[in-house]
Amino acid sequence: MTATEEVENTRTQGATTLARASTVRGGAFGRTLVRHAVYALVAIVVLIVLTSALAGTGNTFLNYQLAMVCAYLCATAGLTFLTGINGQLSLGHGALMATGAYGAALTIRALADRGIEAVWAVFVALLVGVLAALVVGAVIGAAAARLRGPYLAGVTTVIAIVVPAITTTFDGIFKGDQGLSFVTPSPGAVPALLSNEEWQAYLGIGCAVLVMFLLANLISSRFGRQFRAVANDEVAAKLSGINIARTQVLAFVVSAGCAGLGGALMAAITQQAAPGAYSLTLSLYLLMAIVIGGLGSLAGAVWGALLLVALPDLSTRITDSLELSPDLAQKLDGNLALAIFGLFLIIVMIVAPGGIQGLVRRLSGRLSARRRSAGS
Amino acid sequence: MDKLLSLTFIGLSRGAVYSAFALALVLIWRAARIVNFAQGAMAVATAYAAYSVTKATDSYWLGFVAALVGGLVLGALVERGVMRFVDHSAPLNNVIVALGVVLVITAIVGMIYGNQFLPFEGPFDQRPLMVGGTGLLSPYDLFVLGTVLLIVVLLALLFTRTPVGLRMRASAFAPEVSRLLGVNVAGMLTLGWALAAAVGAVGGMLVIPTELGLHPHAMDLVFVSAFTAAVVGGLDSPVGAVIGGIFVGLVLTYSTGYIASDITPVAILVLLLVVLLVRPGGLFSTTAARHV
Amino acid sequence: MSAILEINGVTAGYGAAPVLQDVSISVPTGTICAVLGANGAGKTTLLRTLSGLLKPTAGQVVFDGQDLREVKVEHLIRLGLAHVPEGRGVVTELTVDENLRLGGLWRKDRADARRALDEVYQLFEPLQRRRSSAGHQLSGGERQMLALGRALVARPKVLLLDEPSLGLAPRVTAQIMALLRQLRDDTGLTVLLVEQNVRSALSVADEGVVMSLGRVVVSTSAEQLRGDDELRHAYLGF
Repeated sequence: MTATEEVENTRTQGATTLARASTVRGGAFGRTLVRHAVYALVAIVVLIVLTSALAGTGNTFLNYQLAMVCAYLCATAGLTFLTGINGQLSLGHGALMATGAYGAALTIRALADRGIEAVWAVFVALLVGVLAALVVGAVIGAAAARLRGPYLAGVTTVIAIVVPAITTTFDGIFKGDQGLSFVTPSPGAVPALLSNEEWQAYLGIGCAVLVMFLLANLISSRFGRQFRAVANDEVAAKLSGINIARTQVLAFVVSAGCAGLGGALMAAITQQAAPGAYSLTLSLYLLMAIVIGGLGSLAGAVWGALLLVALPDLSTRITDSLELSPDLAQKLDGNLALAIFGLFLIIVMIVAPGGIQGLVRRLSGRLSARRRSAGS
Repeated sequence: MDKLLSLTFIGLSRGAVYSAFALALVLIWRAARIVNFAQGAMAVATAYAAYSVTKATDSYWLGFVAALVGGLVLGALVERGVMRFVDHSAPLNNVIVALGVVLVITAIVGMIYGNQFLPFEGPFDQRPLMVGGTGLLSPYDLFVLGTVLLIVVLLALLFTRTPVGLRMRASAFAPEVSRLLGVNVAGMLTLGWALAAAVGAVGGMLVIPTELGLHPHAMDLVFVSAFTAAVVGGLDSPVGAVIGGIFVGLVLTYSTGYIASDITPVAILVLLLVVLLVRPGGLFSTTAARHV
Repeated sequence: MSAILEINGVTAGYGAAPVLQDVSISVPTGTICAVLGANGAGKTTLLRTLSGLLKPTAGQVVFDGQDLREVKVEHLIRLGLAHVPEGRGVVTELTVDENLRLGGLWRKDRADARRALDEVYQLFEPLQRRRSSAGHQLSGGERQMLALGRALVARPKVLLLDEPSLGLAPRVTAQIMALLRQLRDDTGLTVLLVEQNVRSALSVADEGVVMSLGRVVVSTSAEQLRGDDELRHAYLGF
């Protein structure tokens, strides 16, 4: 909730910055930067308190879920930046997450083989995951910059299907369908003070806040306006001197890096990287999350990440509580969440294109209007 | 030499299915300027319908008819019930909603039939007939080629020789003018979706027996191959879709035959990227691609 | 003389600001009525509202005794109202013959549709020669003939014509105007002719309506518009 508010404020602040940009660009941007930094610090403090509070409940699964939300948030924020801000549709972000996950997994395993199991190995692994995704993202982005609409969607779909399949094509390195499993190093010296799940949650929080901070600043910067301009009207953007291709490749690379970090995090949290987790369905889930959350604002990405963890959990609880036959339960498991996601996706696109964030904004707008009228 | 010949025939049969499926994509693209990303999932749904009918009646052909009719109904349903209400001003919206349809269909068939592979047999023997020591076409391949040829001919006749075909083309090219001339443009759009889904359903019926079996994601790779075929041929060209399908079928079969058996996905990606970067409008397009 | 087309106090537009405001025009049966005015006067919007492509927010249109608010766009041609849209509306991807046949597809009686088609081919000799050419291969004049011919295949009572002279050579424009006069005299066709080319339009029109900024400012006989210098200077700029 706090994170959402933070980003929401960031967004409006960004808009204000745009309005004043021509006259006081440097000053306004500097202030925005400071404000974003303050929000990021607040978010970190609040989330750390939340993590230890969750740890206090004794249910370690809650912190695992928090860590997963953070991992998804990296990817959904990156995808929001690409699709919502820059207008490029990618169905291949699941594959980019896979790239990050395998990059991280291979690094951790390679370091472990050399006897290195210190905590810094995790950070190196995350960095390698991001770099791997950046490279792949640059290649896809270079191709994507020449493609539009359905063509881009088609190519990224192929990527979403191809990348997991490559793990079986080259099963010497990637170990095929089984995937790579490993032990993520953790500061195990003080297990009494810091459970594994808590550590994962802190790791996730750090990464997610970093991603949000960087993207929020990027969006409200001069570049940010260029990214939006390209999405709104390519011809006009080109006429006003924006290099379309460069902007689009850059957006893709940035977005891929975020997805890579998300994937690397997910690998570090689940302690494995296997193709089954990064199928086309994951890519569809990511897209669906940002659409339902609210395309076009980073706050929507937060809602989306929450949904990605909460909805499958909820549908599992529902099927569990119904006491169905094992066969039926197995059929419903997963598919129920899929159906709900799909229906939501269609309904949101047709009825409420602003997504959850759009509804929140409308509600809060109405509330503040009422407050204003009550005051006057 | 024998290997080349036998791969060529396999590639033709495989390509024919891609042609049919690409044709379905082109039909909807021409009618509505939408690439139907739900095409694969819709074909899977009709194949499940065929599976149930065949299981109940013990007749492949009744199952085939069920798939065909199911395709018509499902296509009309998706257009009338969902796609019609989408704001078409951004092409992104169509794709996203179509993906929503994919999720829903996949989930529903998964809930009813489960996510495991179900056996799905064709009506004819799939072992190739031996000609002079070389395995060429199987009876099933002949069935596939014949069916696709029939579809192509019927569609060509429908569009060029009948008043309905003229109405459909006019509605696609100039909806407002067509309305002023008394054409039920909305109805033609529904008909286009229904026809395309039926063609896609037949494509699914033809291809699934040659794969591992029926599965909610059985058509994912076929969809991607057919999309590549449609792009190769140019999304606007039905003739291009047919040629593109054969082309993609041959390329994929040669690459699995000569390079590695599990290279198919990579080969599709390379092929698609090469075509899009070299001739974005398709190899058979006459109009230049849009440049900004 | 009774009016086959009555436009009563129509207000219409896109979004909040109306383009047409309280427009009333009465078109007598068997006449050519020219609607004149500068760019942005609302002429095209008027025709779009008449044929139901745009729904009026106020007022009504009565065609041949029927309130058009209750008629679907697709049914207008069956009632005898044909609209040739701006930019000629030829479906360039289809051949000349296909375009013409499109105009008669709504007929149940195939033989009758065939006869109407032949009549149009007789009226437009050049189209006969080019019947299997694609629409995009035609010249501007040929396209206008095709669009006009396609409307005539429906044997309409009223023809709504949007800027038929746009982009055509004066000679071709004159031919088209002459044809409209001939159709009026021979078949009793009623034409609502929207034009910026005032001279050409007034050369054949019986009635003249001048629009400005979405309102009717003058509604009189074409003869008077031709003759009254003051009126011409004030509203038509020549």
